Amino acid sequence: MTAPPLLEINDLRTVFDTPAGTVRAVDGVDLVLGRRETLAVVGESGCGKTVLALSVMRLVPTPPGRIASGSVLFRGENLLALDRKRLQDLRGDRISMIFQEPMTSLNPVFRVGDQVAELILRHRKTTRRQALDEVAGLFHRVGISEADQRLRAYPHQLSGGLRQRIMIAMAVACRPDLILADEPTTAMDVTIQSQILALLDQLKREMGTSLILITHDLGVVAQMAERVIVMYAGKVVEEAPAEVMFDTPRHPYTQGLLASLPRLGTDPATPLPIIPGQVPSLYDLPRGCRFQDRCPDVRPVCRQEEPALLTPSPGGTVRCWNYA
Amino acid sequence: MRDVLMEIRGLSKTFHVSGGWTRRGAREVRAVRDVTLSIRAGETLGLVGESGCGKSTLGRLCLALEKPTSGEVRFEGRNIFTLTKPKRKAFRRAVQLVFQDPYASLNPRRTAGQTVMEPLLLHATDPRLVPENTRSIMRTVGLSEEQAQRYPHEFSGGQRQRIGIARAIALKPKLIVADEPVSALDVSIQAQILNLMKQLQRDFGLTYLFITHDFSVVRYMSDRIAVMYLGRIVELASNKAIFANPLHPYTRLLHRAIPVPDPRAKRPGQPAEIDDHPPSEEGCLFYPRCPERLDRCREWHPTLFEPEADHRVACIRKKGSL
Repeated sequence: MTAPPLLEINDLRTVFDTPAGTVRAVDGVDLVLGRRETLAVVGESGCGKTVLALSVMRLVPTPPGRIASGSVLFRGENLLALDRKRLQDLRGDRISMIFQEPMTSLNPVFRVGDQVAELILRHRKTTRRQALDEVAGLFHRVGISEADQRLRAYPHQLSGGLRQRIMIAMAVACRPDLILADEPTTAMDVTIQSQILALLDQLKREMGTSLILITHDLGVVAQMAERVIVMYAGKVVEEAPAEVMFDTPRHPYTQGLLASLPRLGTDPATPLPIIPGQVPSLYDLPRGCRFQDRCPDVRPVCRQEEPALLTPSPGGTVRCWNYA
Repeated sequence: MRDVLMEIRGLSKTFHVSGGWTRRGAREVRAVRDVTLSIRAGETLGLVGESGCGKSTLGRLCLALEKPTSGEVRFEGRNIFTLTKPKRKAFRRAVQLVFQDPYASLNPRRTAGQTVMEPLLLHATDPRLVPENTRSIMRTVGLSEEQAQRYPHEFSGGQRQRIGIARAIALKPKLIVADEPVSALDVSIQAQILNLMKQLQRDFGLTYLFITHDFSVVRYMSDRIAVMYLGRIVELASNKAIFANPLHPYTRLLHRAIPVPDPRAKRPGQPAEIDDHPPSEEGCLFYPRCPERLDRCREWHPTLFEPEADHRVACIRKKGSL
């Protein structure tokens, strides 16, 4: 890798000031994403994966949220230091985001065709007519049948699968360098999910886009990702190429997650291996490792000091004392 | 074969959706269409299908929480929709519900102990035994005595679901309808609840109607599986047969669509166009999406038949003689 990465996040900290105290939702995350790469960010609710994406887009609601420190370098430019105008030029054009719930991300009182055309008009020198033609082409591209009529539809007239296809059309309209997809198929049925994932994968390959896919579903990760980051309570606890992570998970949390999945081959007669306990409250994090109370291999040092992100062998990192 | 605990015969439920004050868009939603199914004592019957297929409505009908448009549900031989008052009270004891959303299904003003105690008080023969019974049930689901004094907001999702399960088993029911009991939970917590439900089934001889959209969960939990599509049961067979030898094209489509947690497994196929035209009422409801459809599927509506022992399917392709 000689070319500079597309996205480089250094020591990002995003906190929320609440009456009950300051919550560190993203607590010192480092991340590098190459061109054309698909990176999955995995973790449970509240682990900070959505806030991470919102921080990159500078969409963290402020207040109560604020980015406390760190840098987000996109093609060498620090997104956290940009003025509003430059940021709006980039958003939707070079970086776009797909949200989990397409119904709440589309404006209910405008026709979907106009909503996508608006984005093209904002970033390109073109006429409304040409933009709408382009949108019709995009709709066709993302597999919406009868694209010309669907341009004139309002969001409520479309099914969830179609709405998410429109969100994807919007995300790829300007052929961005980076797409952030936050649980893009979580609200969907499996048959629609597999179509949406296949579509996303295909478009990404054709346009040479990089993708950050945020999900809690390890099945989706396995299908889509080249590299995986596992987050736990605001921190990255493991990073590895997808095949390595599924074959030889290192962090006890990743191991537990993979073991606890009911798979199609699991013997129904044996109890599922579980991760005991629950995620610690971000208001009240323990001293030392955040996973200590649920860890089967906990040692005294884990209760004293937070482990660093270690590289026990090239290609993957893990935040665990057992590899020190 | 085990005894039949609940028998569903020709059950249908149609909802009438009003068009609001403009009267435009008023329509009928046929949530459950002519379902015939039996639940055997001691088994877990998995009911799987996508959102809007009517699986929750079917579950509510089995609890007599909805009145059917036609058909009947018999529990231990009696039609549950025509029970006399004392019989209905006994039915309410014997059949319980576990909800999907542990955040919405608990009363925020009651402590966990009060929530679990309520059904016991309503049905108690000796109120003096209620506090001790409550404690013992809380222990059974893995909640401590100290936790009984806490309010729902003080619990995590997994623990709230434990409270919901404790309330459901409090009256020693025979049948529990569990409607997506783990869908709202994080993966690492799901396994805890699934293990608990299996343990309780063994200890108390419970029968489950386990409703879910998650194929791998249903596989882990069920003895038999019913696949539902647009209000109809399209396939019903043993757990093993549904996975080893799925007969309905929809079941096969679901199989292929499940993302497998293995990066070397097959990648998703070509993205297809979404055809969201409503199916015609006369023909097979799956016709618009069926990869194996024939011309006659448009006119012919298939009913469940049994091409193999204990394996039913509603697809005319499997009916050689037609």
